[in-house]
Amino acid sequence: MFSLEKSVGFALGAVVLSAAIALPASAKVEGDTIVLGSAISLTGKYSTNGIHAQNGYELAVKRINEMGGVKVGGKAYKLKVVYYDDESTPARGAQLAERLIKQDGVQFMLGPYSSGLTKAIAPVTEKYKVPMVEAEGASRSLFTQGYKYLFAVLSTSEQYLASSIDLAAEIAKKNGKDPSDVKIAMAFENDPFSLDVRAGVVEDAKKYGMKIVIDDKLPRDLSDMSATLTKTRALKPDLLVVSGHSKGAATAARQIAEMKIDTPMIAMTHCEAAKIVDQFGASTNDYLCPTQWAETLSYKGDYFGTAAEYDALFKQTFDGYKNVPYQAAQASAAVLVWKDAFERANTFDVPKVRDALAATDMKTFYGGIRFSEAGNNIAKPMVLRQIQDGIYNVVAPSKWASHEVNHPRKAP
Amino acid sequence: MLDNLAVLSIAPVFNIQLLLDGLFIGAIFALAAYGLALVWGVMNVKNLAQGDYVIMGGYIAYSLGQIGVHPILGLPVAFVGMFAFGWIVYVLIIRRVIERDLFTSLLATFGIAIVVQQVLNQIYGPEVRTADAGLEVRTIIGGQVTVADIRIVSFVLAAALAASLILFMKRSRMGQAIRATAQDARAAKIMGIDTDRVYAFTYALNAAICGAAGVLISMIWVIQPFFGITHSIRSFVIVTAAGFGNLPGVIMAGLGLGLAEQYSGFVLGAEFQQATVVGLLVLVLVIRQIQQGRQRQVVQ
Amino acid sequence: MSGNATQNLLHGAILVAGIAAPFLFPNYSFQLALLWIMILFALTWDILGGQMGYNSLGNILFFGAGMYACTVVQIGLYYDVGAYTSAFGAVKVDFTPDQYFTGLFLGIAVAALLSMVLAVLFGWIVFGLRGPYFAIGTLGVAIAAGELISAWEWVGAGGGISLPTYPGEPDARANFFYFLCMASAVATFAFLKWLYSTRFKLAINAIRDDEEKAEAMGIHTTRYKTVAWTIAAFFLGISGALFGNMTGFIEPLEVAFPTVTFGIFMVLMVLLGGKGTLWGPVLGAALFHLIKEVTWTHLLGWQWVALGLLIIVNVVYFQQGILGWARDRWPELFGIRVEDRQAKAGVGQAEAAE
Repeated sequence: MFSLEKSVGFALGAVVLSAAIALPASAKVEGDTIVLGSAISLTGKYSTNGIHAQNGYELAVKRINEMGGVKVGGKAYKLKVVYYDDESTPARGAQLAERLIKQDGVQFMLGPYSSGLTKAIAPVTEKYKVPMVEAEGASRSLFTQGYKYLFAVLSTSEQYLASSIDLAAEIAKKNGKDPSDVKIAMAFENDPFSLDVRAGVVEDAKKYGMKIVIDDKLPRDLSDMSATLTKTRALKPDLLVVSGHSKGAATAARQIAEMKIDTPMIAMTHCEAAKIVDQFGASTNDYLCPTQWAETLSYKGDYFGTAAEYDALFKQTFDGYKNVPYQAAQASAAVLVWKDAFERANTFDVPKVRDALAATDMKTFYGGIRFSEAGNNIAKPMVLRQIQDGIYNVVAPSKWASHEVNHPRKAP
Repeated sequence: MLDNLAVLSIAPVFNIQLLLDGLFIGAIFALAAYGLALVWGVMNVKNLAQGDYVIMGGYIAYSLGQIGVHPILGLPVAFVGMFAFGWIVYVLIIRRVIERDLFTSLLATFGIAIVVQQVLNQIYGPEVRTADAGLEVRTIIGGQVTVADIRIVSFVLAAALAASLILFMKRSRMGQAIRATAQDARAAKIMGIDTDRVYAFTYALNAAICGAAGVLISMIWVIQPFFGITHSIRSFVIVTAAGFGNLPGVIMAGLGLGLAEQYSGFVLGAEFQQATVVGLLVLVLVIRQIQQGRQRQVVQ
Repeated sequence: MSGNATQNLLHGAILVAGIAAPFLFPNYSFQLALLWIMILFALTWDILGGQMGYNSLGNILFFGAGMYACTVVQIGLYYDVGAYTSAFGAVKVDFTPDQYFTGLFLGIAVAALLSMVLAVLFGWIVFGLRGPYFAIGTLGVAIAAGELISAWEWVGAGGGISLPTYPGEPDARANFFYFLCMASAVATFAFLKWLYSTRFKLAINAIRDDEEKAEAMGIHTTRYKTVAWTIAAFFLGISGALFGNMTGFIEPLEVAFPTVTFGIFMVLMVLLGGKGTLWGPVLGAALFHLIKEVTWTHLLGWQWVALGLLIIVNVVYFQQGILGWARDRWPELFGIRVEDRQAKAGVGQAEAAE
């Protein structure tokens, strides 16, 4: 009468049934609330920066809601963000984007953290023609795919270290040398973002005819880069560039200090996010750190006022920030872009909102925001800061520079 | 790659840097591996959470550093704390898998590894941390080689710890009971040795050794919640290469692994530094298999 | 006879439910497709882990190898792979539907074949290893594969590869991949059902119970072990090719060779359902996937801690799995007559002693 198959079939039937009655789909606008969706890294290797970005989103949402919300069709709407934890893995990110759109009915997306995750999610939002404003995916490969629903408020990754290469060339000329004499050592994490930054450096170096003497890729779990640094000491480059999110910055800063590496110029990404000044103190003096945004810049816009006012508000809202990482600032800017686009479209019709996004041209605390045909922001430069006595001062490009660059760096 | 080899032959002084870095870190690898050899040899438990215990020890030193205690003082704290932790894990989990097939202990300890790293991640976040011992860095041979004092200190501490462990195993009652159980658990039981207690002690001792190794690691490298797996693999490479119950072998293999990592990072590039560890694991297993293949008929 | 009838009825019902599911719940087709992949994972792991007693932690190797093989074929047919994968994506990509489908199906075929070749090669390395050495060795091989792909610039190294986009509507794409996943899982099941009715099953069970004696009985153990691994590799290679295309972006460590996620899920699902049975892995995979999808996002960062605890509890306290437990509890349902229990217990002991 009974059989193994039967009981298993029963169980399977129950599984299918309960799957069917799981979560109901909600709509993109519930009552007076506009629902934005985002898969963001709350756990896993990117979670520090994922949380910076989430804080940025939340601060902007709070601010906009407090100041009257979003006015569409004569009615004021509140903003709300639905988050899922993508665990810092692209496969999970793609699944969750699918889930946000198909099951939760989200029609307006905010981006995840990191180029890799954005590369995994953008095909999904594109497929469903759901616009996404992202603030944390800088890889150029995102903007060569012809995506129509992807908008990025940040500058693309080849610009991160470009001005440090220019600076190295300038200094070489000033010292009566040819830029092609400059030797570069590179250590980049093996991930989509860092490899794209690396590609930018390689191009710029080629432009000047500089020589790349070290080209190491740091593996995901590397807890030691002393072999790479020993090579640096042996080959005496004029410039050492490091990029590997917060983890790479902290590991490099730690060991550069311990091994007394005296390369005259060191540039690395994610200095602020890794809090290297707090952790490693004076040894980080004269490091060059590219940033998407700085609180000292003269940007100004609605909602947050100036860059400095944003900085103050952020520190007041969230504990434990000595420097506000640009990852948070640009996340806030992405929410402002949404708000602006909704009001200009004056409807929640997705294609119209998408067109309004494409026509964005605004000034914010984060800088100008205007999108190219490909979707990247072309109204805002990257700036290069140098850590001078524990303070981040803008040293390049010259239009924004507030301080002279210190060269060569004083090895402690 | 050839360029890098050329550098080493033109300026041999950089070999000294690589040698020193490799040996200093290799000594700590050997320490953690000795713990694994102990639980493997005595209780036949393959502890995949080995590296995660190392990282736990590191976080103990880091936390103490945050509240102003010198991380070297974290060594005894981590030793005792991890001993207690190991004992608890033994009572809750290991005791129940020790008599089961070997894959069970492997999977169960894998589960422990996941829990440990994820809880650490929830508490400390995924950033790399380091415990600053605040010691000097000395430069030798005309500034070409740097040696951080903390590396020398941790080398000495690792050696001292290893020596006292050997002494403990040879002289103390418990050490003798452990060795007896390793040789023949049933006979030891008949002789009145409480093998359950011996197992608990062994497992706890292993966790303590790992904790101590972790304190040293946190002072000379960086730690992060998910770095444990690489340390586990290192321990497995060393123990599989050396065999358990072979302390000199473990030490030699540990130092050798430290050197291999430094040289592959220098010559092949950092992207191969970790692949080297895993590659060595596979290589060592294959060599073991060939050896076993020759002996198999005889043994059976 | 009636047993056969119910069995056919059940198979039919599952097939009908499987075919109807994406139309009934179009919003869940991605998760449902993933469910079939999970079932395939569990079934293929059980060939070695359950039936043959060789517990592999590295089966994910074939999943990743299949994924990369398929992708390289899809791209390489029409573009220069090195230029396509270079970090800043300089190639403007445009696949016609013909190119897309030719590439995809050829890619899947190559993925399956390459995985089989790899299984034979690595089988030679790892099958001399016994017990835990085998588990560690396979884990090592899988991790090493991920690291090597990460260092290989031609396939994009750690930067990963974006796959060609499906030429068509999103819903058509979802259904297309859903049915491919379902077909491969059903094919796996049907093949194993047939395989387990042949002498092959007796041989690999003999290897599990006592490899030395099996060899002494004249079973060519190495050959059987390699064939079993090759079968698992074949289906896993296909699943990797499909999953890569469903995800749309692949990279070596998190997507292609996820040793600590999918690689462990396979083992866990089989243990949950009951190893060494045909239906246990299916049941375990279905339950695991459902629980995971429903609870995962609500655990707010503690989901991985929960997973670790689940592994521990499962392994330490409930290793026989749901079907194993049911078999002990109601042996007559499983066609085991009561007087056979003694013999059954004997087998159980042999397993435990191994």
